[in-house]
Amino acid sequence: MEAYLRFVGVGKRFPGVEALCNVSLEVAAGQVHALVGENGAGKSTLLKILAGVYPPDAGRLELGGRPVVFNSPQDAIAEGVAVIHQELQLVPDMSVAENLLLGRMPHRWGWLRSRALFSAARAQLVRLGEAIDPACAVRRLPIAHRQMVEIAKALASNACIFAFDEPTSSLSQRETAKLFDIIRELAAMGCVILYVSHRLHEIFEICDCATVLRDGRCVASFPDIAQASSDELVSQMVGRRIEDIYAYRPRAAREPALEVEGLTGPGLSAPLHLTVRRGEIVALFGLVGAGRSQLLYLLAGAARPRAGALRLLGRPLAPGRPADAIRAGLVLCPEDRKKSGIFPSASVQENIHLSARRRRGRFGFLSETSERHNAEACVRRFNIRVSSPAQKIANLSGGNQQKCILARWLTGDVAVLLLDEPTRGIDVGARSEIYAIIQNLAEAGVGILLATSDLPEALGLADRILVMRQGRLVGDLPHAEATEEAVMRLALPETVPAMASV
Amino acid sequence: MHKMLFTLWDRAGMALVFVLLFVGCCLFVPRFLTWYNMTGLALSVSMVGMVACTMLLCLASGDFDLSVESTVACSGVLAAVVINSIAPGPLAVAAGIAAGVLAGGVVGLFNGWVIAVLGINALITTLATMQIVRGLGFLVSGGSSVGISQPGFFALGQSSFLGFPTPVWITVACFVVFGLLLHKTVFGRNCLAIGGNAEAARLVGINVERTKLVIFTLQGLMAGLAGVVLASRITSGQPNTSAGFSLDVISACVLGGVSLSGGVGSILGVLVGVLIMGTVQNAMNLCNVPPFWQYIARGGILLAAVLFDQLKRGRRRNLI
Repeated sequence: MEAYLRFVGVGKRFPGVEALCNVSLEVAAGQVHALVGENGAGKSTLLKILAGVYPPDAGRLELGGRPVVFNSPQDAIAEGVAVIHQELQLVPDMSVAENLLLGRMPHRWGWLRSRALFSAARAQLVRLGEAIDPACAVRRLPIAHRQMVEIAKALASNACIFAFDEPTSSLSQRETAKLFDIIRELAAMGCVILYVSHRLHEIFEICDCATVLRDGRCVASFPDIAQASSDELVSQMVGRRIEDIYAYRPRAAREPALEVEGLTGPGLSAPLHLTVRRGEIVALFGLVGAGRSQLLYLLAGAARPRAGALRLLGRPLAPGRPADAIRAGLVLCPEDRKKSGIFPSASVQENIHLSARRRRGRFGFLSETSERHNAEACVRRFNIRVSSPAQKIANLSGGNQQKCILARWLTGDVAVLLLDEPTRGIDVGARSEIYAIIQNLAEAGVGILLATSDLPEALGLADRILVMRQGRLVGDLPHAEATEEAVMRLALPETVPAMASV
Repeated sequence: MHKMLFTLWDRAGMALVFVLLFVGCCLFVPRFLTWYNMTGLALSVSMVGMVACTMLLCLASGDFDLSVESTVACSGVLAAVVINSIAPGPLAVAAGIAAGVLAGGVVGLFNGWVIAVLGINALITTLATMQIVRGLGFLVSGGSSVGISQPGFFALGQSSFLGFPTPVWITVACFVVFGLLLHKTVFGRNCLAIGGNAEAARLVGINVERTKLVIFTLQGLMAGLAGVVLASRITSGQPNTSAGFSLDVISACVLGGVSLSGGVGSILGVLVGVLIMGTVQNAMNLCNVPPFWQYIARGGILLAAVLFDQLKRGRRRNLI
């Protein structure tokens, strides 16, 4: 088959990093081509070059054998390129319909044709099989629906080259299945498709061939994915073979660290009781919208509960104020790193120290020297890949940012660590490092409550799995009894018959 | 029923406040509901209204413009100087009006170029041009007010049509034109998209730079027009007029529910905001409230409006 889209020796440098170096890649029409690699391997950079967000420093792009230069997103769109970026690019206060057709709204001499706008939007949503009201403001949609809107937006552009960057990270099984049907349909129509995902089983399910990127270079390509194995792919990604990224070890649970009684508040539909013991890893599993993040927010004091009592190491803890919770040793690593975790314009060092328990030196001044020493120690302890602690955190990969946030809390005494999707969008290598950090903490006596929508992660890591459904706790399974079927049966809403396999 | 009431409150909360305020003034403020006072009220809000139309576009796209007050002064002075320098006649009046309005457009274009192309923050840029343009106004006028020698020019600000002064009609026209522009054209939706999520707008291929250039140029043109109308009303070009006018305009927009972070705003909201400001001011004058207290009252109202809006938004958040 003749390659339609071709990257030839593409290179891109950012201050301090070589994001891409001599990357060559070919995709034929009608093919779904997987792009895999750890975070920071350069996948997103490559897609951004394709989208015209920035031009390459070296090399070129060819479409159908003809070299093209994209100086702006407009140029790329004009050539039929549609990129679904990892960060959703939606306008929250506009309607779904306007978002779908942003940049190409139907008009007559500049006058908006509202009826045509809504009917075109409705047609796209029907094609995706989504019951989303086109007049609804995007701000009011749950995250999974926003992702579907983003996908519909790309489909509405009538492009012939599609690039998906982690499209399923917030989708449920049903929506993922629908997306895959559409990708197959697009491929059958002869579109060129690039697919980026950390979920290897998806890659085997949907892709025809794969290219592995590592540190900005192509390290392997698999012209027929059916001939490759998951282990091969992973070992190419990380440059070593990973046996079991979770490495579960049984631990002896000790006295209760966090006790919650009768908690009610936003996102919870029934009073909630739970206990996390010292040295125990408890996973909180649920589908999108089950109330996991809201529960963690309530526990961490970031949202105000209506009723209920918290006890930390036997002492009562007044709910509703993050600073109180943090000083008592109950800390949260939130789900959305960019929005609620990092201070993007600050350095790694500043990010590690910025919290309610920052130590002040003499006369209340901060001690630059001791903070730098501590930051250097954290960088070594957690294997954070930075040139120096003074580097801006925004320039780090997701995995390294997450390690910085862990370091923020782990430089002092922590009784209970609340983790919300700690490995979302993080590559296999960094993930196994984060899992090791979590297990070491548990062995040191910290109680860990880990909210996740990644079932293998919950099964592989936790001593106990709590299952949430529609704002209430519906199950409590010890490690030995937790199987995919058992957990999913609890997590699925009652109205939907449980799926046979997950 | 409950849902309908809620939607009404959500969409038109500020309009309800205005209606209550207006009815209250009619009932309790002496001489408020008279033809003379109503035309006076309309005239007093006409300038803020005109400029608020384009400030709405500016705020909707996530930017600011603090320089409009200087543009108003400078355009008025320039119009006066041009009119005085040409032989009396309609040509001189036309040239004066054109010079004032176009000078405003040039200031706006410059603002837009610095903000969109050079990428300087709008607050800083227009803070700078506010001072530069104020200085230009003093230079053009020679430092003092410029009396206008041709009475033909005064018709613009002092004539009336169907009982209302001409500036009021100009303002009404502006509300119609810019309301349609914002709500019914692709350009208007693009403005809101840029304010709502600039990166998303760029990635779908909206020409963000050009859109901003157009917005600021329109803003400058409107400020220029407001300056010319003001010069006509006061029969002279005053280089030191309208201090604080930009913030009055922004306050009116905020009162009308326009978000300072961009992406949210409607022309009816701005109309209501302008009318609330004007009505309060008018009622306070009729009640002989001392001017020092008027400042405090206006500040208090602005703060109350923003709190009110936040309250509404808070309820909205709980709905999700």
